[in-house]
Amino acid sequence: MEHPPPIRSFLDKTADPDNVVINIGPSHPATHGTIQIVAELDGETVKRADVHCGYLHRGFEKESENQTYHKVIPYTDRLNYCSALNNNFVYAEAVEKLLGITITPRCRVLRTLLCEYNRIADHITCVAASVMEMGGMTAFLYMMTVRDYIFEHLNHLTGARLTYSYVRIGGLARDLPDGWLARLEEILQFAERYLERIHGMLDRNRIFIDRTRNVAKMTTEHALYWGFTGPTLRSTGLAMDLRKDAPYLAYPELDFEVPVGINGDNYDRYYVRMREVDESISMVRQCVRMLPGGPVSVDDPRVTLPEKERVYTEIEALITHFKLIMEGIRVPAGEVYVAHEAPNGELGFYLVSDGSARPYKLHVRSPSFVHMGGMHTLLEGYQVADVVPTFGSMNMVGGECDR
Amino acid sequence: MVYEAVIRELGGLYDRTWDSFGMLVLELRAENLFALVSRLRDEFGFRLFLDVTAIDYPQRSPRFDVVYHFYSRDHNRRIRLKVPVPEDRPEVASLVSLYGSARFMEREAHEMYGIEFTGNADLRPILLYEGFVGHPLRKDYPMEMEQPIVTYRK
Repeated sequence: MEHPPPIRSFLDKTADPDNVVINIGPSHPATHGTIQIVAELDGETVKRADVHCGYLHRGFEKESENQTYHKVIPYTDRLNYCSALNNNFVYAEAVEKLLGITITPRCRVLRTLLCEYNRIADHITCVAASVMEMGGMTAFLYMMTVRDYIFEHLNHLTGARLTYSYVRIGGLARDLPDGWLARLEEILQFAERYLERIHGMLDRNRIFIDRTRNVAKMTTEHALYWGFTGPTLRSTGLAMDLRKDAPYLAYPELDFEVPVGINGDNYDRYYVRMREVDESISMVRQCVRMLPGGPVSVDDPRVTLPEKERVYTEIEALITHFKLIMEGIRVPAGEVYVAHEAPNGELGFYLVSDGSARPYKLHVRSPSFVHMGGMHTLLEGYQVADVVPTFGSMNMVGGECDR
Repeated sequence: MVYEAVIRELGGLYDRTWDSFGMLVLELRAENLFALVSRLRDEFGFRLFLDVTAIDYPQRSPRFDVVYHFYSRDHNRRIRLKVPVPEDRPEVASLVSLYGSARFMEREAHEMYGIEFTGNADLRPILLYEGFVGHPLRKDYPMEMEQPIVTYRK
């Protein structure tokens, strides 16, 4: 059966007849995500590239307009599924801002801790995948071990490995289980030992440097012009980080540095990510030290579900529970844009409410999508073999890019 | 404070201004958009184009609001622009000549809401596919509507 092609590349008509047009993806083992690159090649050199995304589009924005505020949380998990907690917290903060809710001190520090913990997992995944695509299986397996420990540990807390849905408007789903913090320290020490091995294997490795140094190089000007944020922008030397510039959660109280690169090439992106993991580990430890006691959710009947025991014994609590689940939270009319520093860059939620129990509009400014908009500039002029490492160093996450 | 300077010096180019949770919002007409954004970029350092999307108000005239977000690293401030456009002529100037990142994001707003960005030569579908009918984020596009590119197997 014949199907029309889902995309129409401008290279079909405009490519030089002496050159070859090839198609990479959308389902290709090295793209670890569904993305399609149509590239015009002169020998081994990429002359022009046409990057297409959208193969994982599932109508996140349309879907959330038809769900109550709490029911959107599982959808936000599936944006960047390597660091779902970061997405959760940005979304929750956007709704809380409209509601005028201030979260409890314990929740504030816990969210910060989990943001950084999930950032470690995300960066490790990114570096592991791009190293593996260059043939470094050992580094990949080391990092996947660390990542899996973290995921198992988060599973203990939230009940899921990847899609946590752990946040609630005005707080968190539940407090930490017994022994969670003790295990956390074990994993951090384990991660540090393994990261040292990664540094030993890659930092001065001739093959790795040959593949990454001076590949997909860019300037700060270029990065800003194409809207790059996060480690990609910082690898060019600009220390722009929302955790410092527009501190949210408990970041103003933490002591940390913003690592930057020099050349803005693949090697710098690798190194910035590795250094950020170091900073994150230190931040997680600081959060553990300053973690205050108290409840994790605000005591506000508009948003917080009553405790289960009261639901089963008191009629008022039962009615509150019923109304919150069936009708949802009513959020005052207004609009807000909240952005956090997600592992990939600026993750923004633009939320418009009309005063009903469902978002009138919820738009996600996803870093991956913006990065793909400028991706072709980093591919053009380099070899075909560089496409995959460059792609890995940008860390495109399909769920977030295509929404 | 950069907000006061923007309000003072860009006088005439916008119609209304208000504050939204600490972020400056300017409402302006479509014909002033390009001039205002050029000045925001060159004189006030708003060099990072964050986002463009639209909001659909089916009962209202003009029906759409095209919403832009920009960030100025120099002043560490964000700004939001809102451009109301009518349903029969949903046109705004494209910003691709000022910001490369506008390219993909305008393509998305174009296919999702049918906003025409004059000057953007490449408005092919990006998240949807060739031949998709309608604009899915408009409020009158039904939730249940399906347009499978490959017919479902029985």
